[in-house]
This record gives sequence, structure tokens and C-alpha cells, in this order.
Amino acid sequence: MKRYIIELVQGGASLLAGLGVTLRALVAQPVTVPYPRKKLPMQPGFRGHPMLVRNPATGAFTCIACGTCMQRCPSRCIDITAARTESGTKYPARFQLDFTRCSLCGICVEVCPVSGLAFSRSFAMPHRTREACKYDLVTRGEEGT
Amino acid sequence: MGVAVRSTKTESGPIHYRYFMNVGPQHPSTHGVLRLIIGLYGEYVLSIEPVIGYGHRMHEKMAQSRPWQAFLPNTARMDYACCLPHQHCYLSLIEQHTGIKVPPRAEYIRVIAVELNRIASHLLWLGAFLLDLGAFTPILYCFDDREEVLDILENLTGARITHCFFRIGGVLADIDDHSANRIREFMRRMRGRFSVYHKLVTENIIFIKRTRDIGIITPDMARRYGATGPVLRGSGIAYDVRKQQPYSAYRDFSFDVPTGSRGDCYDRYLVRVEEMQQSLCIIEQALERMPAGEIRAPVPRTIRLPAGQRSFSVEGARGEVTYYLVADGTDTPYRLKVRSPCYANLNLIQELGQGMLFADMIATLGSLDLVIPEIDR
Amino acid sequence: MDTIISITSAFTSVALAAAVIVGFVFVNATALGYIERKLCGRFQRRIGPMEVGWHGILQMPVDGIKLIAKQLIVPSHVAGPLFYVAPVLAFAPAALPFLVMPFAPRIQVLAMEAGLVFVLAVISFNTFAVFLAGWSSNNNYSMIGALRAVAQNISYEIPILLSLLTVVFLTGSFNLSRIVQVQESLWFVLRHPGAILAFLVFFIAAIAETNRAPFDLPEAESELTAGFHTEYSGIAFGMFMIAEYTYLFVNCCLATAVFFGGWWGPTLPFGQYSSCIWFFIKAYTLVFIVIWCRWTFPRVRFDQLMNLSWKYLIPIALGNLLLTALCTKL
Ligand code: SF4
Ligand code: SF4
Repeated sequence: MKRYIIELVQGGASLLAGLGVTLRALVAQPVTVPYPRKKLPMQPGFRGHPMLVRNPATGAFTCIACGTCMQRCPSRCIDITAARTESGTKYPARFQLDFTRCSLCGICVEVCPVSGLAFSRSFAMPHRTREACKYDLVTRGEEGT
Repeated sequence: MGVAVRSTKTESGPIHYRYFMNVGPQHPSTHGVLRLIIGLYGEYVLSIEPVIGYGHRMHEKMAQSRPWQAFLPNTARMDYACCLPHQHCYLSLIEQHTGIKVPPRAEYIRVIAVELNRIASHLLWLGAFLLDLGAFTPILYCFDDREEVLDILENLTGARITHCFFRIGGVLADIDDHSANRIREFMRRMRGRFSVYHKLVTENIIFIKRTRDIGIITPDMARRYGATGPVLRGSGIAYDVRKQQPYSAYRDFSFDVPTGSRGDCYDRYLVRVEEMQQSLCIIEQALERMPAGEIRAPVPRTIRLPAGQRSFSVEGARGEVTYYLVADGTDTPYRLKVRSPCYANLNLIQELGQGMLFADMIATLGSLDLVIPEIDR
Repeated sequence: MDTIISITSAFTSVALAAAVIVGFVFVNATALGYIERKLCGRFQRRIGPMEVGWHGILQMPVDGIKLIAKQLIVPSHVAGPLFYVAPVLAFAPAALPFLVMPFAPRIQVLAMEAGLVFVLAVISFNTFAVFLAGWSSNNNYSMIGALRAVAQNISYEIPILLSLLTVVFLTGSFNLSRIVQVQESLWFVLRHPGAILAFLVFFIAAIAETNRAPFDLPEAESELTAGFHTEYSGIAFGMFMIAEYTYLFVNCCLATAVFFGGWWGPTLPFGQYSSCIWFFIKAYTLVFIVIWCRWTFPRVRFDQLMNLSWKYLIPIALGNLLLTALCTKL
């Protein structure tokens, strides 16, 4: 009988303590934000899809179409068509990234010998078709982030 | 799904009418695509038959068909709730096999990232477990805290869930003062949050009644099934790979291995909550003693895996993660076997669940902390 | 002639009352749905509905329209007519208890002598609907949910009745307005220790009776997906929801009338409406507590639920009843 009453009292007290926790939450400020209207700051380290980097001086892509990234990408989602300028330097005429398969692992960015790739900061990229997920980074490079 | 009542002749003679229930593959409390075929007698569970493999993605086969570097993103996709231990294990295996030394600073950063990941994973489990018990609010509080961890990890690794952060011979990014301060701030916050969880969950009489002496796993049974991680420690066996075979930088830190005494759901809960605190301890020590230096050892551009075999184990959030490699001298593994802790832990439920009430079975299933994609691979 | 006029006027007044009450049921369910979602959000440190209307206030009407407009998906294996009858059975009687509820001294449609018994009788009708829904769904989850619902509601009707009888002993009447009348000087919960105990028993049992968390076993999301209404979609599901909220409110109204002095309270600057307002303030406060419990506690297990009723609530209520009866007689 004594145990029964002790349990009843302690149990009741524990329930009240739980109610206290939620009551405090009720009067506290909510921590969520209504997403499209208000956005949280993005982490500086965020990795979006890979994109081509431009040389700040000339404005041209620094990529020399060497193909290392194409070769090393685990998902084999990069496809480059190289071309040569009159002076003989190679440049990517087309740099296709199949974003349906990219795992954002960052290996391509890391292996590039001329730092020709970087991560973009775009994260909301819905598309209606699979084809639309295949980005040509040469033309998309303009949009950048 | 019709009402399936089948008669089964049992050995003891009388015919039991079993009421078969298909729990899953889409069910709120199987946390993924696990399917349990449950034979019920009233509310009592007579038999449980887990059906797995709905999320099979051939990870091990993939490992055999591409250079070893290309398997790195795959390691993050087996255990989505705690992927860094998998990556840690895989890379440590390769490093050991090819004789690459990792600079101490990189090891420290790895440990910090892994422990943060472990906290995030345990928080997710805590919320999901309470959801299985029918409490809707704790999971949101857990996500609130987990959000902080994920922010830190996102800043460090670039991703929130499928981190691809470790590289052969080191890590991708350094923990600078800014990140270190954020981690310290998180530790302060998290330490204060435990009292909230204790009030809301640990001391709650309904929670205690629902988990105390429910789903008792005896040490013997845990050994028989090869259970590891908090499930094993909840049964009182202090086996933690970080302590038993210290790898990486774990030898440098002092931390406890919490164990339970009864092996019930409540003990497993306590073990995980205590583990979060121990993880905080480890992170604190690692931040304090972080050695200066390189975060990445110089490695040759192409690394071949010397012929031979080797295995490596780490302590994941759910138990012992082991990668076993057979190499034949090329840069593609001949065979890569992954030992995932959840597979062994899941099998416990067959024996454990018999004769339990249906609701207890759900609670016990929750307390095993299963991540189904890791079982299916 | 006179009789015709009086019959027509009686008819119009009854029709009016019926329309008002049905309207009130809808408005109340909508309001409660909104309050619950908003409160649940805040308890969980979220903001809750925010998009439709000012602070999401139109969310529930819009959801209601969505439910009505949605296709009713009827699985091929359900048991025909019963499947359709069940939501109607749940929804239709839900408005009846308001007929005898004394919202204010003159706002009561039917001053029924056995009002309390009438309310209890209607409330227990819900069990039928839940059982029919679960049974006719022909789904294993629904079936277990239905069986649980029946066992649960039967066990919890007893403590509800016993705890209310305590007050009936104190007043000597089943008439709800009479019970409220008596509490003019002091509410029963403040006046009598037996009534406090009776209220606690009633409150716990009422939560269980309306299948609300932590006693929501017939629905038990993590076990039975959605329990008895797993197979219902569209407005059929909506009817169950409206019924749930209405019964929740009925129970809170009952507690207000029986234990918290009904319409009595310090005069408010609303003239004759102040008594009615007091009634609603009290009832909605009780609703708030129910919602608060729902979003705090884990669910109990089925055998614990039964134990709670048969080993704790019923003996306590019974002892309390005996003691109160003894005290009043002495
Ligand atoms: S991030 Fe990884 S998967 Fe994506 S394109 Fe680069 S290398 Fe390929
Ligand atoms: S992005 Fe870098 S690695 Fe890829 S083709 Fe261009 S230069 Fe080579």
C-alpha cells in the first residue's frame, strides 16, 4: 500500500514535470521559420553542384578541359567536349554535369589541377524532366550561384 | 489485405488461430522499408518474421566494380543517420592496407566529426523511439538540437546527411577557431538540454512503465546474435571498439563506456543518452588538445591495393562497423564486405518478440535503433 | 388555430435550435482543430499553420473543403453498407448532447430531467461507430483498433458514471441546469473534497473515452498506422474527426457544468452574455489541458490502460462515491 501511494505521488509529479517542459515551450519563441518567406543563413561550407570557375582577370573559364574530373568522378556524371582556341589552348566547349547522378562528393573539385571547379551555393533546383537536370556548366556558369 | 486467419498446429497440441499482420514495408514505426510478418494471438505476438532487402542497392558489388576511391560516396549512403563512422572505417582500412600515415591533427578532426555525427544519430533515435511510444513532442525538441549539430557538420563537410568529408590520408577541411567556437557553444547548449530530456522523458512514469523490463536481452542472448553497440552495452557488456581496440586518436581521450544492468529498453535508452554525454566529453578533449600540423598527408596520385586481405572495425552509432577487404594488387577491391551492426541487432527481434504484447514489440523494435538501408545495403 | 400556431412556432424554434447546434458543431470542430494545431505547433516550438489567412486561421475551413472535395477511396474488400454507415453514425449523434447542455441560465434547448444520463448515453454511442468502422474496413489494423476501442470505452464508461454520480448524490438531481444552479455560491471542485477526486477520475476517464492521447490506443499511430479509420478518406475521415472534437468538447462541457459551476462566475461587462461566456471559458480551458496532455505524454499500453481503469479509477471512484454518500447522509 505504501509503495502504491509513493508510486502514485511520484508518477503524478513526473507527469506534472513533463507538462512543465511543454508549457515552457509554449511560451518560448518558436524555432522554426516559414521557409520560402524567411530563409536561414546558409552555412559557408555548403556544397552545391560543381560549377566552372572564371579567371577574375580575363573572365574566361580557367578549366583547360584536361578531363581529370571526368575520369575521377565516381558517378561518371561529367562529360566534357574539348575545343581549342586559335592559340592552341584547350577549353571546354561543353561541360555537361548530369545532376541526377552527382553525389556532391567533391572529388572533381578536389582533383582539378587548375582549380577550375568550385561548389555553387544553389540548393533548390527542381526540374520537370530528367533532361533538365543535365546542366551544361559552360552556359550555366553565367548563373553561377 | 484481407483478414488473414490461419490455423497452425503447434507442438503442444492445441490449435492457435494466428492473426497475421503485415507491419511494413510502409509503416510508421519500421523507420524505413522493413517488413515484419507478425503472427498475433489477440494482442500477443506469437511469431515475427523480418523480411529485408527492399532497399538493396548492391553497395558491395559496386565496390568491386570501380576503383577504390570511387566507393567513398557509397560509404555515406548505407547508414544515413550516422555515415561518418562508415567512411572512417573504410578509409582507415585502405590507409592501413597501403601503409599511409594520417597526420594527428586529421585524426582529431575525424574523431570530432564522428562524435558529432554520433550525437546527431542518437538524437534522431531518441525522437523516433519516443514517437514509437506515442509521444509526438520530443522528436521536435531532438530535431531542434540535431539542427545545431547538422549546421556544424554542414559547415565542415558541405552536406547535412551524406557527408563525404574524409579523404585518404586526412580530411577535406580544417576546424578553425570559428568552427571550434561553434562546437563549444553547441556543447554548452547540449549539456543544458539533458535536464529537459530527463524531465520530459527519463523520469516520466508512463515512459518508465512502457520500457522498464520490456524487451530484456540477456548478455548470453546478445552474444549469440552478435549484437553490438548500445544494444550490447545495455545488456551489461562493456564492449566498445573505441576502448577495446582503440583506433584513430581514441587512445588519447578518457571516456566511460556506459552499460546497463537489466538489458531492457530503458537501459538501452539510458546507455544512449549517457553516450551522448561521453561524446561531448571526447569532443571537448579533442578540441582542447588538438595538435597543430597538416590535415592531409601527401599521398601518391594513384594508389594500388596490395594483394592480401585485411579488416578494420570502428564503433558506429549502432554498433561495430567492420569493413573486410580482399585485394588482388589492382586499384579495384577484389571483394569488400561490410559488416553492419543493424543486421545482427534486427535478428534479435525474432526471439525477443515472441510472447510480447504488440505495443511492446514496437517499443523493443524502436529501442534497437535500426537503420534499414544499412541492413539492406 | 391557436394550436397550429403554437405547433408551428414550436417547430420553428426546434428547427432553429437544431440549425444553431449543427452549425455550432461545425464551427466548434473547426475552431478546435485550429487551436489544436496551433497549440501543438507551439508546444513543439513550431509556428503551426501560418499560410491561409491571418496566422493560418482559415487553414481548417480550407482543409474541410479539401476533405469534402476529395474522392472517397473505398477499398474493394470493405463490408459494403456498414462501411458507409459508420462515419455517419459517429457524426450524427455528436450534436445531441448540446440539446441539454446548460450554457447559460436561459440558453438550453431541452431542460431534460435526466439530462446527465442522456449525455452519457449519447457519448457511449460513439463506440458503435468506431467498432463498425473498424470491423467493416476488413483490415487487420482497423480490426485491432476497433476491438481496442470497444474494450476501452466499456471500461471507461464505468468510472465516468461513478464520478458523476458523486455530484448527483450531492445535488440529488440528474438535471444539468439544476446541478449548475446549486453551485451558485461555490463550485463543487472547491466545495467538496469528494468532488475533487471525482473530477480527477472523470477527467482521466474522459480523455480515455474520447480516445485522445495518451490513451489513443484505437488509433495508435505507431502501432496500427491509423487504427479504426485506416481505410477512410475524404469526408468520411473528416466526419470521424469532427465527431472526435465534438465529443471532446462535450466532455469538457460536462465537466464544466458538473464540477466547475457551469455559467457562474464574476460578472463580466457583457451583460446577459457573461454567464454564457464564463461557461465557454471554462470549457475551453479544460480542452486546452486535454490538448496539453496529448502533446506531452507517451501512449500507455493496452493492459496498462485496462489496469488504470479497473484497478485505480473504478475503486477510487467507488470508494469516493461511498464516502460522499455517507457524508451527505450524516
Ligand atoms: S561532386 Fe562527385 S559525383 Fe558530383 S560531379 Fe563531382 S566528382 Fe562527380
Ligand atoms: S574542370 Fe579541372 S579537372 Fe575538369 S576538365 Fe577542367 S581543368 Fe580538368
